[in-house]
Order: sequence, then structure tokens, then C-alpha cells
Amino acid sequence: MSIRMSKAWVGLTAESVKALPGQLGVYQLADAAGTVVYVGFAGGRTLFGLRSELEKALAGRPGGATQFRCEVNQQYTSRYQELLMLHMADHGELPLVNRADPPPRLGRLSPL
Amino acid sequence: MNLEPTEEQKQIVATVRRFVREEIVPLEAKLDPDASELPREDFERLTNKVREMGFWGLDIPAEYGGAGVDMVTRVLMAIEMSQHRAGLYVPCYGVFGTAGLAQLYEATEDQKQRYLHPMLRGEKRGFFGLTEPSGGSDPARAIRTRAVRDGDDWIINGSKVFISGADRAHFGLVFARTDASKGRGGVTCFLVDTDMKGFHVRRVVHTLRSSHYATELQFEDLRVPNANILGEVNGGFAIANERLSRQRVPYAAACIGVAVKAQELAIEYAKQRETFGARLATRQAVQWMIIDNEIDIRSSLWLTLAAADKVDRGEPFRMEAGIAKLVATEAGGRVVDRAMQIHGGYGMTKDLPFERWYREMRIRRVGEGPNEVQRHVIARDLLGGSLR
Repeated sequence: MSIRMSKAWVGLTAESVKALPGQLGVYQLADAAGTVVYVGFAGGRTLFGLRSELEKALAGRPGGATQFRCEVNQQYTSRYQELLMLHMADHGELPLVNRADPPPRLGRLSPL
Repeated sequence: MNLEPTEEQKQIVATVRRFVREEIVPLEAKLDPDASELPREDFERLTNKVREMGFWGLDIPAEYGGAGVDMVTRVLMAIEMSQHRAGLYVPCYGVFGTAGLAQLYEATEDQKQRYLHPMLRGEKRGFFGLTEPSGGSDPARAIRTRAVRDGDDWIINGSKVFISGADRAHFGLVFARTDASKGRGGVTCFLVDTDMKGFHVRRVVHTLRSSHYATELQFEDLRVPNANILGEVNGGFAIANERLSRQRVPYAAACIGVAVKAQELAIEYAKQRETFGARLATRQAVQWMIIDNEIDIRSSLWLTLAAADKVDRGEPFRMEAGIAKLVATEAGGRVVDRAMQIHGGYGMTKDLPFERWYREMRIRRVGEGPNEVQRHVIARDLLGGSLR
């Protein structure tokens, strides 16, 4: 199983967001070139899970996001940190928008 | 044996209880239900408060600046500190301080300067690297990570799994086989810096405990100086074993604290919730669940205090610690399960803490030595010999 999120990107539109489940999980936002600009999660306090989080992203378009992909995942906090660590391992820095509010004490991975 | 708390212990319990209810629970209500960390400013504020209370560093000996409390008091405090959503694995979100790696108190002066003191000052974090893909319950035989002497150094190759905190650590204790012919007598403990060439955190291991993950490590020709051996060559298993036995006592106590809180919530709910024209508390089926909870809580409590008392008296406590761990983890799981049943549908939601306790309590039957291994240890003490 790949530990990186490899689903196809979906356009960040009102229609695509409306079709999202209200479940908990993680998501990535990317700009038009497919560069990941933000990694986030829909936790237990979100009103409608992933749909609520992506609605916020649609309204604010952080980092100029135009696309997204998500993963329904009950282990959303550890998966969120894993995705950030993978991004650090692959790119040497956090996604653009996450840099403003990095999680405390993010770990280091050196995946194969 | 008198296990009635002293007046001082009663005061400590009351202080910690108030701290949890007034400081931790309101903050927690704003966090994600699976959170395991406080925002930095809250963490620092509460840590300072705990220092002022004189309780910081519960598991740190007084000569190193810790609170230096005895084990019975430690158990009583652990029961209070765990009475919130995150309390089973991160009691009070760590603001009481952690002992870190207790094995370092046995280190050489040079090792203490490089690892123990920075760890106690909060400048360095460590991990405990024992379990391997080949097994964790019988580390003395399962350890396949090898260390081979090369001049003044050792070269380590192998892997570890289910290791907490290695991705965030500055150093760790890594147990490796240094003599293949000696079983448990052929394992050595090395102090390994995580920035050493050949040290890799290969992946996150996701578990039921979403708030916290384990990691898988790989060592590729990791060169460690001889000065980084903790204890004696081939003496690593004794270092691991002492830690594992002692830690089972507060480990059991945290399960009791969660069970106490689950029972408190269950009783409160049963007294107010009405079904078919009567309160749940009047239903025999519910009453029996609450009674069974109380029996589970009290039996765990007395057995854990008995184990703690043995620790404090300096007597052998391995069997008592094993019994406490076994009984408290299994009883805790049953109590949380019954409390969820009493709460019905709400008991399953993330609105309430039960679902997190339910998931995390399940891990407790495996963590710190599976309960089947505890039974094995107890049988060995009762019957003698290695039972092989």
C-alpha cells in the first residue's frame, strides 16, 4: 500500500465539494500545476466532516488552491501528520499554507 | 497492610482532581476529540502551574529535580490524572512532565551529561527501541537486530517496529544482539543519536490509537561508539526488563482512572435518562452493569495499590505488577464497554469520550506486555522455573 496520497486531483468547485461525504478524514489542496499547497484534516468537531473543510477551502482558496483530493480515514490525526512528514521528506519543506501554522514537534520520516 | 490514603495523599488527590476538572477538561472541550497535544501556550502555562504546585516530574527522582513521589502516591495521582478524554495515554497532556527514559539514571556520568540532563531539561527527547518485526513479547529471543564490534565502534543493522516517538526523538535506546549464542544474555543496549548516518524512520504505523502513532525503524550500518553502550555488553535485557515491570503499576492506574470516570458518567446518565416511563437507574439490567463496573474498579484498585505498596517497600513486585496490569486493563475495557451500552447511541459518538477510551483501552491489553505474557510471568513465579 502506498503511504503517499496518489488519487487523481478533483477540481475545487461547489459541485464537487457538495458531493463529498460528511465523514472524517484527510485532504490535500493543490494549485493548478498540481503542487500541494495544503494538507488538512476533518476532525471529530467538524460539522459535516470533509465536506465542511472543503467548503471552507472553496470559500478561501488558501494558497491559490484549485484542486483537491481526500481520503476518508478514522485515523485522521496520525494520517495528517504522516502526510506532512512525507511532504517534508519529499520536498524539504512543508506545503505553502501549512508553513504559517506548523504542527508542534512534527516528526521526521525517511521513507523508502 | 494499610492502604488507606494518608492525609497528605488525600490532599494531593483533591488538588490533582481539581486541576483536571478546572484546567484540563475545559481546554479539552475545544480540542479535536483525538488530540494528544495542547496548544503550546496552554502547555507552558499549565506546566508552570504544575511546577508551582510541586508536582512536576512525578517519575523523576528528587535528586534530579523531580517530585520524587512514592509509588502508592503515584498511583493515586495517576488515577486522577487520567480522568479526561485523552487521559489514558496522555494524562493531563503531559504537563506533569515525564520521566523520559528511566534507564538513563543508570548511565555513566558522560552519558548522563549527553542524554539524561538534556532530556530532563526538555532539550532532548528519547525513544525506547526494543520490539522488532520478529516479536515483542519475548524480546530476549526475538531480537534480530545485530551489533558487531568494529574497533572502538559497533555497527548496527536491523529493524524495529511499534516504536513510539522515534520520528521526533533526538536519541534512543536500541537493543541489539551482540552474542547470538546467549539468548537473553546476548543483548546489549545502545544509545543511538537519530542524526547518525544509517538511522531511518521508515514509516508511520497507524493503530486504533489515532491520536498517536508508532513508527518502524531501520538501521543500515549504523556506527555507534563503544562509549554509547548503556550498562554492560550483553547486559541489555536486564535494563529492559526492570523498566517493563515497574511501569506496569502506573499503567494499570491510568486504566482505573478512566474506568472511574466512565462509571461516574454512566451513573449520572442512568439517573437522568428515562425510557418507557422510568429512569434507566431503576432498571435491573442497568443496575447490574453499574454494579459489575464497581466490582471491576475496586478489584483493580486494590490489586494495583498492593503492587505499588510492594514497590515502595523494596520487595520483589514482578508478579504483583503483572496481576495489576492484567486485571486493570481487562476490567477497564469492560467498564468502558458497559458505560457505552448504558449511554446507547450517544455512547458511540465522538461527542462523548467513550469511543476514544474504548479504542485505546483495547490497546492496553497488548501494550506493556500482552496479558497472556503477564499470565505466563505469574505462572512462572507461582510454579517456578521457566515453564519450558
